[in-house]
Amino acid sequence: MSELFPLKQVMGFALSIILTIIAAGVYFLDGISFPIIMTILLVTAFIQAGLQLVVFMHAGETDDKSAIYTNIYYALIIALVTIFGTLLCMIWGYL
Amino acid sequence: MDYFERFAIPHPSPAIYASMVAIGFTVIALIFVLTYFKLWGYLWREWLTTVDHKKIGIMYLISAIVMLFRGGADAIMMRAQMAVPNNTLLDAQHYNEIFTTHGTVMIIFMAMPFIMAFMNFIVPLQIGARDVAFPRLNALSFWLFFMGAMLLNISFVIGGSPDAGWTNYFPLADNEFSPSVGTNYYLFALQISGLGTLMTGINMIVTILRMRAPGMTLMKMPMFTWSAFIANVIIVFAFPVLTVALTMGTFDRLFATKFFTTTDGGMDMLWANFFWVWGHPEVYILILPAFGIYSEIISTFSKRNLYGYKSMVGSMVIISFLSFLVWTHHFFTMGQGALTNSIFSITTMAIAVPTGVKIFNWLFTLWKGNIEFTTPMLYSMLFIPTFTIGGVTGVMLGMSAADYQYHNTMFLVAHFHMVIIPGVVFAMLAGLHYYWPKMFGFMLNEKIGKITAWVIAIGTLLTFMPMFFSGLDGQARRMYTYTESTGFGIWNMISFIGAIGFTIGFMLIVYNVYYSIRYSPRNIGMDPWDARTLEWATPNPVPFYNFAKQPHVNSVETFWDSKNNGHELFPEPYEDIHMPSNSGMPFILACIFFAWGFSFVFSMWIPAILSTIGIFICMALRSLEKDPGYYVTVKEIKETEKKLRGVQ
Repeated sequence: MSELFPLKQVMGFALSIILTIIAAGVYFLDGISFPIIMTILLVTAFIQAGLQLVVFMHAGETDDKSAIYTNIYYALIIALVTIFGTLLCMIWGYL
Repeated sequence: MDYFERFAIPHPSPAIYASMVAIGFTVIALIFVLTYFKLWGYLWREWLTTVDHKKIGIMYLISAIVMLFRGGADAIMMRAQMAVPNNTLLDAQHYNEIFTTHGTVMIIFMAMPFIMAFMNFIVPLQIGARDVAFPRLNALSFWLFFMGAMLLNISFVIGGSPDAGWTNYFPLADNEFSPSVGTNYYLFALQISGLGTLMTGINMIVTILRMRAPGMTLMKMPMFTWSAFIANVIIVFAFPVLTVALTMGTFDRLFATKFFTTTDGGMDMLWANFFWVWGHPEVYILILPAFGIYSEIISTFSKRNLYGYKSMVGSMVIISFLSFLVWTHHFFTMGQGALTNSIFSITTMAIAVPTGVKIFNWLFTLWKGNIEFTTPMLYSMLFIPTFTIGGVTGVMLGMSAADYQYHNTMFLVAHFHMVIIPGVVFAMLAGLHYYWPKMFGFMLNEKIGKITAWVIAIGTLLTFMPMFFSGLDGQARRMYTYTESTGFGIWNMISFIGAIGFTIGFMLIVYNVYYSIRYSPRNIGMDPWDARTLEWATPNPVPFYNFAKQPHVNSVETFWDSKNNGHELFPEPYEDIHMPSNSGMPFILACIFFAWGFSFVFSMWIPAILSTIGIFICMALRSLEKDPGYYVTVKEIKETEKKLRGVQ
């Protein structure tokens, strides 16, 4: 029975719906500060992206698993470095 | 008539009218020659529709050399204007346009296609493949680059050239301060050719990862292929930033958005930030394949394997990562605090470490090698000391506190020319001499080649060393003139003399090509340099299918092993070869892209919409088309091989 029922995919689908509802729900909440809103959005967005990659885009299910993850981690690091570096130059470190 | 007034030049001069006439005559002459010798069919069948990576490589090469002369002419005009104080050869506006075009042409339309030429021509041969992974995409990449280059090059006769510097900093580049369409040309030319570069990046990565000959593991790839691989990884991660920044700039100029404005919540320095997030990795996209070419040449002419193969690969991987961590050093003086600047100072200096590893590896390759001084080797040897001057001054500029003194002076200009000219241009010229017999079946004259190498090297020092001094004395870059009392006159005059040296050097290259076409012997065999890697295992000229039989690889220098250590390179029998068929679609699509860019430059919305639809129609046709390619039979292969290699 467990082979026939795609438990992983159904769980993934449910989780992605829940994450979407949480992210969209931020719009309807009054009285919370901007940093908290951004934190909620960022956290849900990253979990959502990881979920899509692993569950629905089948990263890690083929032989070139290591190449795919190397690529993703490299991209992630460069994106984070670019974003935080830009924030450092343009806002935090700007006199 | 009002409609056509937008195409007029905002700052006309006799020189520009003369260029218009010259361009007109050249086009007429070209059409006449093509028609008179009935070459239209040949041009269409053999070049415009080709998907052969070798022909595409040669077209990249020709474009790069043409653009080298175009950018070089700009450089000569600049140096002539600066040669004496208070010169009036050019006015401020023309000087702005010329240094902008010089920078853009040299980086985007000369250096990039030059490395693309070698990547296209050499990489599939070096890994034992019959073409790149996506041959038609490769043709599209080339034609998009070409149309982007043409779009920028017509700007000075139609509508006016860009004049905000090759870095195109907003808000200077915004409508308020750059009202002519020149900056639109810049944005669209770079956008179109950038698309082509991005496609090449993906194409080359897939080619190198998926199409290597049996036995060639990643750590048995020749060094040029490794460098091309790393460069293309950087392309794929860096170019999207340029694409996005150009789109935002375009929206600011054409649709009145406020990304880079000083008012309404725009961030005026954000463009500079984005530009250099792309721009610094771009430097390494150019220099790594150049390093790869040097590695091949130094190893071949030292008759030794490359010293420290693994550390070469490792240092390139580290460079590819560090190249994304340093961009702020291009604007240390923007106004960030000491902490931010210090962080980027340290990452900048860290890049000197892997680069130093490479330099030492080359020196150790030479150590106890059996060195033969050919023209490519001479360029490589001239590269090491000259490049080191550029590198050391780079570390000086990288110290953020000291950078306040150097920033935007001629010291900076001297630094990056002393890096890019020995690093990239010498490498391309060395590669040109080295791979010329593989591309065209005869050698370039060695004697003229060596004289040229010395003339160009002396020209480099003579042109750019004085700028270090005038820069430290306070001469700012991009100033169109200066007074006599500044004392810059003598330095700039020496620079001008050096620039004349450059001109002579490039004339000598042209003469060398002419001389060698006429007098160079054609029976040079397939391996005139006694080289070490797989590309030299093909006959001259290389047949369109590259390798008649699938090569088998046992080491980094598999061809050397097959010559000297009894490795059997082609153990398999002949088999039918599957080849991609030609297509006119990439050329047509790129032409539509040209019209698309041109329409946007002049805000002509109806042609812009029509050409956008045309682009999507082309892509839809491509998606629905079935292109199974074709097979070359064993009989045809045997006949071709017999003709090329003699009896076999």
